[in-house]
Amino acid sequence: MNFLSDPVTFIGNWLTGLVAGLGMPKETAAAWVTGVAVGILPLLAMLWVLVLIWYERKVIGRLQDRPGPNRVGPFGLIQPVADMLKIFIKEHILPTGVDRLPYNLAPILAVGGVLGMWVVVPFSATVHGVDINVGALYIIAVGAIGTLGIIFAGYSSNNKYALLAAFRVVAQLISYEIPMVLALLVPVLLARSMGMNSIVQAQPVWFIVVAPLAALLFFISSIAEVGRSPFDLAEAESEIVAGFNTEYSGLKFGMFYVGEFLHAFTNSLIFTALFLGGWQGPGAEQFPILGFIYFFLKTVVVHFLGIAIRGSMPRFRIDQVMQLNWKLFTPIALAAFSVAAVVEKLAAGLGDAMRIGIHVLVNLVILVIAVLIGSRVFKARGVRLDALAERNRAAVKFAMEKSHDS
Amino acid sequence: MILDQVIFLVTAVVVLAAAVLVVSVPKMIHAALWLILALAGVAVLFVLLQAGFFAVVQVIVYIGAIAVLVIFAVMLTRKAMVDDGPQLNRYSVMAGAVSLMMFAALSGMLLSWDGANALPANPAVHPDTIVNLGESLTNPQGFLLPFEVASILLLAALVGAIFIGREQRAGREEE
Repeated sequence: MNFLSDPVTFIGNWLTGLVAGLGMPKETAAAWVTGVAVGILPLLAMLWVLVLIWYERKVIGRLQDRPGPNRVGPFGLIQPVADMLKIFIKEHILPTGVDRLPYNLAPILAVGGVLGMWVVVPFSATVHGVDINVGALYIIAVGAIGTLGIIFAGYSSNNKYALLAAFRVVAQLISYEIPMVLALLVPVLLARSMGMNSIVQAQPVWFIVVAPLAALLFFISSIAEVGRSPFDLAEAESEIVAGFNTEYSGLKFGMFYVGEFLHAFTNSLIFTALFLGGWQGPGAEQFPILGFIYFFLKTVVVHFLGIAIRGSMPRFRIDQVMQLNWKLFTPIALAAFSVAAVVEKLAAGLGDAMRIGIHVLVNLVILVIAVLIGSRVFKARGVRLDALAERNRAAVKFAMEKSHDS
Repeated sequence: MILDQVIFLVTAVVVLAAAVLVVSVPKMIHAALWLILALAGVAVLFVLLQAGFFAVVQVIVYIGAIAVLVIFAVMLTRKAMVDDGPQLNRYSVMAGAVSLMMFAALSGMLLSWDGANALPANPAVHPDTIVNLGESLTNPQGFLLPFEVASILLLAALVGAIFIGREQRAGREEE
């Protein structure tokens, strides 16, 4: 085992050897080292958020033709540290009438739900938290805990706007969980396993090629799950003040903030693992460090796409969000999943190239049908709105003429 | 093995305490909160039994759905924020007696079963319980028929819900 090719495993083995050398049984030593790793991974993830915040602010700034943070440190790199220190020393304001236990629990759940996902992310061929055989399902399960955090925050802060925001966000989250889970099932089906590492290993051909529709649905749904623009109804400041975290201040608000940024990045990690071949790439098996680099680069691309969408799209209305999900995404996801299952079974005997070709073809057909039906459904509504606008214009014109007459 | 037992005992105590609190706290929202803790404890028990799939499904289906339950609790309770009415009504004694009898009967039945006092066989080391589950759900010799019947039942419930929802809306428009 070489330090350069696989540093994490090397350090792990070295530490285990060191502790075992002090006279501890081998298994106990390994357990202690695992415990230390369990402590380090979330810590690194939380610190990584500092970089994420800087990066995101910078990218959004450039997208909007302004420099972004550029005062503290070179390229504004120290800005998040300054923000963090500021948020650490801010006062915790406890509004009257809050329900203390859920109020204080909510930020923890919001971050904990995201950090929990890091448990099953396969960072390289050798480095992963645990490779449980239900990894893909586990991600969904942990995501549900984040939803709980939001509803707790909204309910417990004794604020009607926060409660309304929480209701609407939870409605959005549990709705978008459906296409997300269905899209997630397609890679599971193709890899014939729910373990994240086996899903990655099953991708000599990336699943985004085999199942482009599922990848698209998963990507959009995961943006909706984070609650970022164009799905950022959680913080529609013109309607509900600042959303479910209106009554939070100081570090507790900071936790929600950290949770959101980390969630966006974590979803990119998971998208990469599920659809972009994770750590797969030339030489990744022999030199796991290469796999880590591949994984990281792919994730950054996906993450950048998410930020670019956030920086350039206006917000949907809540009814549009729901319509998009229930009338378009859920049926497409259902169709894509069931058709993928049928194709996988029927084309099992054919060669790999043939099988993948059929998958792509079928995906295209579903996409065309969905666009045809979808455009008709949504256009019909548009026409009705146009008619309404026409009527309004006529009424205004009538009123104006009347006022002219008098 | 000792560690397993310690974890089991702690979890069991937490689950039982949380379950008692679910029915004893005055606020409905707090009841939902404690219910989450109890269900999470059950998920931990599933993990201890090496049934990872069930643990994850427990979290998805039960804990994930609690958020919705909380919403309904808020919407259906008057004064959900300050709910401190009487918790018991005049049937409490009778209900308590019936539950005690039920508990006694169930415990008696369980204790009379041979497996109740036997030590559990070492849980299967073979981890692919999902494959077994999936195959038994799609196997005509297995649980295919009950599975499909359950699907139809759920579909019927769904259609029924939509029907009821639609009728109300039509009624409102007529007013």
